[in-house]
Amino acid sequence: MRLVIPNPGLDQRIPTYEDIERMEKEEAGDRPKWDNKAQYILTCVGFCIGIGNVWRFPYLCQSHGGGAFLIPYLILLVLEGMPLLLLEFGIGQRLRKGSVGVWRAINPYLTGVGIASMLVSLLIGLYYNTLIAWIMWYLFNSFQNPLPWTQCPLNDNATGFVSECQRSSTVDYYFYRVTLNSSTSIDDSGGIHWPIVLCLLSAWTVIFICYIRGISTSGKAVYVTAILPYIVLAIFLIRGLTLKGAMNGVKFLFTPDVDELINPSTWLDAGAQVFYAFSLAWGGLISFSSYNPVHNNCMQDAVILSVITGLTSIYAATVTYTIIGFRATDRYDSCISDNIVTLSNAFDLPEDSITASNYEAALNHYNTSDPTTVLGLDFKICDMQKLLSEGVEGTGLAFIVFTEAITKMPGSPIWSVLFFVMLLCLGLSTLFGNIEGVVVPLRDLNVLPKKWPQEAVTGVTCFVAFIICLLFAQNSGVYWVTLFDNFAGSVPLLTIGLSEMIAIVYIYGIDRFNEDLKFMIGHKPSIFWQVSWRFISPLIVLVILVFYLVTQAQKKLTYLVWDPDSENFPTMASVPYPSWINAVVFLLAGIPSLAVPLYALCRLVFVYCKKKRASGQKSQLSAASGPDREFGGPGGR
Amino acid sequence: MLGKIFFLLCLSSAWAEDLCSKAVPPEAYYVRLSIKTALGDKAYVWNDNEMFLFQATLAFAMRSQFSGQEYNVSNIVVCDETPRVSFWFVVTSLEDPSRLVSRGDVEQAVRKSRNRINSAFLLTDQTLEFIGITPTLAAPVAPNTPPWLIVFGVVMGAVFAGILVLLVLPLIQKKRKKNQPMEDEDSDEETQVKTAENGPERSGVYNMSFSDDDKFTQM
Repeated sequence: MRLVIPNPGLDQRIPTYEDIERMEKEEAGDRPKWDNKAQYILTCVGFCIGIGNVWRFPYLCQSHGGGAFLIPYLILLVLEGMPLLLLEFGIGQRLRKGSVGVWRAINPYLTGVGIASMLVSLLIGLYYNTLIAWIMWYLFNSFQNPLPWTQCPLNDNATGFVSECQRSSTVDYYFYRVTLNSSTSIDDSGGIHWPIVLCLLSAWTVIFICYIRGISTSGKAVYVTAILPYIVLAIFLIRGLTLKGAMNGVKFLFTPDVDELINPSTWLDAGAQVFYAFSLAWGGLISFSSYNPVHNNCMQDAVILSVITGLTSIYAATVTYTIIGFRATDRYDSCISDNIVTLSNAFDLPEDSITASNYEAALNHYNTSDPTTVLGLDFKICDMQKLLSEGVEGTGLAFIVFTEAITKMPGSPIWSVLFFVMLLCLGLSTLFGNIEGVVVPLRDLNVLPKKWPQEAVTGVTCFVAFIICLLFAQNSGVYWVTLFDNFAGSVPLLTIGLSEMIAIVYIYGIDRFNEDLKFMIGHKPSIFWQVSWRFISPLIVLVILVFYLVTQAQKKLTYLVWDPDSENFPTMASVPYPSWINAVVFLLAGIPSLAVPLYALCRLVFVYCKKKRASGQKSQLSAASGPDREFGGPGGR
Repeated sequence: MLGKIFFLLCLSSAWAEDLCSKAVPPEAYYVRLSIKTALGDKAYVWNDNEMFLFQATLAFAMRSQFSGQEYNVSNIVVCDETPRVSFWFVVTSLEDPSRLVSRGDVEQAVRKSRNRINSAFLLTDQTLEFIGITPTLAAPVAPNTPPWLIVFGVVMGAVFAGILVLLVLPLIQKKRKKNQPMEDEDSDEETQVKTAENGPERSGVYNMSFSDDDKFTQM
C-alpha cells in the first residue's frame, strides 16, 4: 500500500541513521540509558502486568466460557497486541524521544496525540494510585492477629453486632465502612477520611522515591516490583492447591463453553482486555524504548513481552481461582452444616446422625412425615455455582473475596501480608510506566522550566497529583474511582491507539518504518507484521471502539452504591448518576480523545495567523528596501 | 427424721415426674448441648452422671446469685431429655416445691455464672445453648495504638530517610569533586611550570601573520 499522506519537512525533524549511530558511539546527549537489557524487559513486564491481571482477566475468563475464552484472547494477543507493541517499541527506539517528542517529530500537527497520552496517563495514574493506597491500608493492617476484618464491632449495649455488619459480612463492613466510610451517593461527599489521606501520602511518596531520578532509580526498584509478584504467586499456587476445594475453582475457571465463542461480546471483551493489559497508548512504552541502544532487537522484545503477558495472565488466573474455589467450598460446607443443625435441632436428633451425605435423604423423610414443621424451618439455599461466581472482579475480588478466604487459612496474617505485597508490587511497577508517561511529556512540552532537575519535576508532579487525589479520599471516593475506571481509561485509549496506528502507517509511512526496523534489527519485518499493521490491528481497534461507543450510548448512566438503608442490602443498589456527572464524563473521556483534532486545529489557526502576519511584514520590508536586494545583502551567501 | 426426709424425697421426685408430664411451664428454659461439635474426638458420652453435674452446676449458679439461699440438686427439675441432648428445666423454690422460680431470676443466675457452667462441660456459649438467654458478646480485641499506624510510621520513616539520602548524596559527591580538582590543578600547574622551563616559550604574543586565515574569508 503506497498510501502516504504528504509530510514535508519530516527529514529535518528526525535524526538520521548516521546521527543516531554517532550519538550512540560518543554517548553524547543527556538522555538516560538502561543499565542492562534485563532492566528494560523487567520494566516493560512490570508495566504490562498489573493488578488487572489478577482481578480482571480471571473474571473475564470465567464469565465468557472458561477455557474457551483463551482462544479469542490469544488470537487477539497476537493480531492486535503484538503489532501495536512493535509499533510503539520501534518508533520510540528510532526517534529517541518520549511520546510528545515522537509525535511532534513525525508531524507537529500530531502533537495532540502525545498530549492526549499524557492526559490519559495522568487521569489513570490518579485513580490507580488510590487503589494502591487502599492496598497499602490493608497491608498496614495485616500485621496483627487476628486480622481486623474477622470481627464485627459490638453495638452500643453489647448484645449484638453493629447492624450494618450483622446484615452484610465482616469483610464487607471492613471495606465499605472502616476503610472507606463510604457515603450513599456520589453527590454526598461527606468529608475526608483521614486514614485514606495517610495512605495516599505514603503511596505518592513511595512512587516519588522510586522515580526520583527517572529510570535510574525506577530501574533498580523494578528488580523487586517485577519479580516479587511471580514468587508470591508461586507460593500462593502451592498453598492454594493444598486447600480443600481448590480444584473446584480451577475446574470452574477452565471448563470450556464453546458456545460463548459465537457471542460477539466475548471477542470484544478479549480485545479490550488485550489493549488495556499491554498499556498501549499510555506513552510509557515509547519512552522506555527510546532509552534503548539503537540496534536493540525490538521485534524480539515485542514477541517476548506478548508471550510473558499471556502466560502470566493464565498463571495468575489459576492461582486466583484456587483461592476462590477454596472460599466457595468453605461457604458451601458451612451452609450445608447450618442446614443440618437446623434440621437436627428441630427434630431433636443426635448430633452426628445427619451428615452431608445423607442430608437430602433425611430432609425428604421429614418432609413427608412432618411437612408443617419442615416448612416453618429457615433453610438456606446452598448453591456452589453461585458461590463460585459471586463478586470475583475488581476491588470486590481483592478486598472482599480474597480477604475472607485468607481469614480461613491457617496463619492468616502472613498470607494477607504476602497477598497485599504482591498487589502493591504489581501496581507500583505499572505506575512507573504511568508516571514516565506523564513526566517526560511535561518536560518535552516545557511546562516546567528546563533548568529544574529531575528530582524537582518528579516531586512537583507527585505533589500536585496527591492534592488532586484527595478527591478520592472523600467518603464518596469509591464512586469516583469507579467513575474514573469506567471512563478515563476506555474510550480515550482506544482513540489514541487508533490515531497512533494511522499516524505511523500513513503519515510517517510504513515503508519508512520498515526501513528503520531494517536498520535497527537487521531485517525487514515479515508479511505478518505488514498485514497486521496496515489492516488487521487498526480494524480490530476501530471495531472495539465503535461497539464500545454504541453500547455506552445506549446504557443509562447508573452506578452501584453501598446503602445500608436500601431494600436489597447487602447487595449494592443501582442508582442513576446525577446530571452533573455528564460534564465530568466529558472531561474524563472527551477531552483526551478530542485533544488530537483540537491541537491540530489550534495549530492550523496559529500557523495561518503567523503566516498572515509574516507576509504582511515581508511586503512592508520589500517596499522599504527594494533596490538593495540586487547586491546580495545578508542573504546573498 | 429419716422417715420425713425419705417422704419429702419421694414427694419431690413424684412432684418432678408430675411436672414433666404436664405441659412446659412458662418458667422453663430449653437447653441444647452440642458436645460432638465442640469436642470432636474427645467428646464424652452424655449420661445420667453428666445430667447430675448439670443440675449441680445450676444449683451452684442459683446459690451464687442469691446468697444465703441454699439451692440443692433436687431443686433443679429436668424434663424431656432427647438423644440430641436437649431438655428443659425449671428451678423449684426453696420454701415451696410446687412454686417455680421466675424466668428473670433464673436468667440472672445463669448469666452471672455462664462461664463456670460452660467450663464445667468444656463447652462454649455457642455449644451449650440456653434458648432465650443471649450470650453477652466479648468485645473484639482492640490494641491501644492501632498497629497500622506503627507500620505506616516505619514505612514513611524509611522512605523519607531514603529520599534524604538520595538528595543529599549527590551534593556531597559534588563537593568532594570540587575539592579534588583543586588538588589536581595544583599538581598540573607544577608540571606545567617545569615543562615551561625546558620547552618552548608559552608566554608571548600570538603572531597573527602566520596563522591560517583563509577559513574566515571566502573569495
